[in-house]
Amino acid sequence: MTDHIVHPVTGAHLGDNIVRAQQIEKYFGRNHVLRGLDIDVRQGESVMLIGRSGSGKTTFLRCVNFLEEPSAGWVEIDGLRVDADPLHTRSRAHLEQIRQIRIRSGMVFQEFNLFPHMSVLANLIEAPTKVNHVPKAEAIERAEAYLDKVGLTEKRDEYPQRLSGGQKQRVAIARALCMEPKVLLFDEPTSALDSDLIGEVLKVMEDLAHEGTTMIVVTHEMHFAREAADRVIFLEEGLVVEEGPPEVMLSEPTDGRTQQFLRRFLAD
Amino acid sequence: MIAADAPEPGSVLYQIEDARARARRSFQVKFALTWVALVGGLVVALYVTGNIDTEFISTWAPFIVAGAWVTVYISLISIVLATLLALIGAMGRMSRNPYLNGVASLYVSLVRGTPLIVQVFFIYLALPQVGVVLPAIPSGIIALSFNYGAYMTEIFRAGIQAVPRGQREAAQSLGMPERQLMWRIVLPQAFRIVIPAIGNDFVSMLKDSSLVSFLAVEELLYRAQLVGRQNFRSLEALIIAATIYWILTIAFSFAQQNLEQRMARGDR
Ligand SMILES: Nc1ncnc2c1ncn2[C@@H]1O[C@H](COP(=O)(O)OP(=O)(O)OP(=O)(O)O)[C@@H](O)[C@H]1O
Ligand SMILES: [Mg+2]
Repeated sequence: MTDHIVHPVTGAHLGDNIVRAQQIEKYFGRNHVLRGLDIDVRQGESVMLIGRSGSGKTTFLRCVNFLEEPSAGWVEIDGLRVDADPLHTRSRAHLEQIRQIRIRSGMVFQEFNLFPHMSVLANLIEAPTKVNHVPKAEAIERAEAYLDKVGLTEKRDEYPQRLSGGQKQRVAIARALCMEPKVLLFDEPTSALDSDLIGEVLKVMEDLAHEGTTMIVVTHEMHFAREAADRVIFLEEGLVVEEGPPEVMLSEPTDGRTQQFLRRFLAD
Repeated sequence: MIAADAPEPGSVLYQIEDARARARRSFQVKFALTWVALVGGLVVALYVTGNIDTEFISTWAPFIVAGAWVTVYISLISIVLATLLALIGAMGRMSRNPYLNGVASLYVSLVRGTPLIVQVFFIYLALPQVGVVLPAIPSGIIALSFNYGAYMTEIFRAGIQAVPRGQREAAQSLGMPERQLMWRIVLPQAFRIVIPAIGNDFVSMLKDSSLVSFLAVEELLYRAQLVGRQNFRSLEALIIAATIYWILTIAFSFAQQNLEQRMARGDR
């Protein structure tokens, strides 16, 4: 078991484990994609997952909120533990537990996935009012606060179609925040964006990280990881190869495979 | 777009645009003339050869035309019921429950595998034998609804499946229960996808509703046949009926195009 290494300077602000993903395995048919991942995340920690294409980063992230059912292992968020149900019995109780895990976590997708038939505001208050039964006035107030945080107050009544990619992704982040989740999951949130729009999204994420939002981020933005990560985890073939604070991981990793990945990556 | 800002008169661009516009106009004029010549020629030919009894037309046209209301009314009710059936059918066809799926699939298979006229007679003539006696108009509406509902089931299923997977995943990741996900996220988007198809089906329904004339429902065709036979003036009577059907379908197709354009322009 890797008792994770905590950043010596920033580690102090971190709380107890709020997300635990243990012994996570995933098969796609015979393809053994995740081979026993143990990743715990502490309250307020921002964890960046890096690794080459096909190493299982997305799959892991999707296992955390059960968009993919893990083949084995368990996930615990804020005290609620859900075991993998590999036989897909999908009992009512299991589905309800998964839903509770999803309420405790927010996900930001590469492709934004805003609801196109709803205004920005409606996107933001849909789940709080309909899932968490927050009174509408309160949900709107909350939505406006998060819109302000991502710098899009004036887009409140706009429809997603009329936003730029960077604006869409910032709305998507606000939408996830409106549920006040315990952890935010980001899967390459900037890789569908034109290069001039990446910065505005990373800026929002960096602010969140510094404010102590717990997050797990799959990213190829090494510069961003260096700025915003408390811990960087390098995955290869569904296993954690190496993890540590960004200064170490991105500058002087000890494992040869991490070194090779970074060399090739930074060469591009 | 080059033509967006009007090119200066005399410039080459202007000349090209001008030539194009003239060609378009010329095409439209010739196209319209062809229609007028063909239709007008037919009418004149029938008239001068003494085959048309204008007195019959002026006496009976109002009676036949009044049947158009019944046609429209039956079609409108039937398309609404068919839409509801299609919605239920599509849910059934996509259900993981084998019983629901079985029922829905049997419905689609049976209806699509038999002629509409057989279904019309079945409901009106065969059901009374097992004690179910329905008046003519309800019988016709039920037959049309069931028939179109089955075809539209497949359209709805395709429409629902055409909603991007990311939409479901975004909703799931926010903790939405399956029912809310369906009603608030997937179906509103699926509806927009299938509206053109519903419009097309409505236009077909206007014509297929003529089959209920076999049940002595006094709609357009029935009235035409009735007075045509009585007066030995079927040619005139059927020309009137056909013309009304034609006008109805053109009018509704036109209305549908307008609606679609407005939807395409409006916010999605
Ligand atoms: N739904 C699926 N069905 C079958 N195989 C899948 C599925 N999703 C992912 N895989 C496979 O699992 C492996 C890991 O994929 P994953 O998407 O997790 O990689 P990744 O690290 O996110 O890569 P990338 O950097 O390209 O996004 C790959 O071999 C991929 O082909
Ligand atoms: Mg990925």
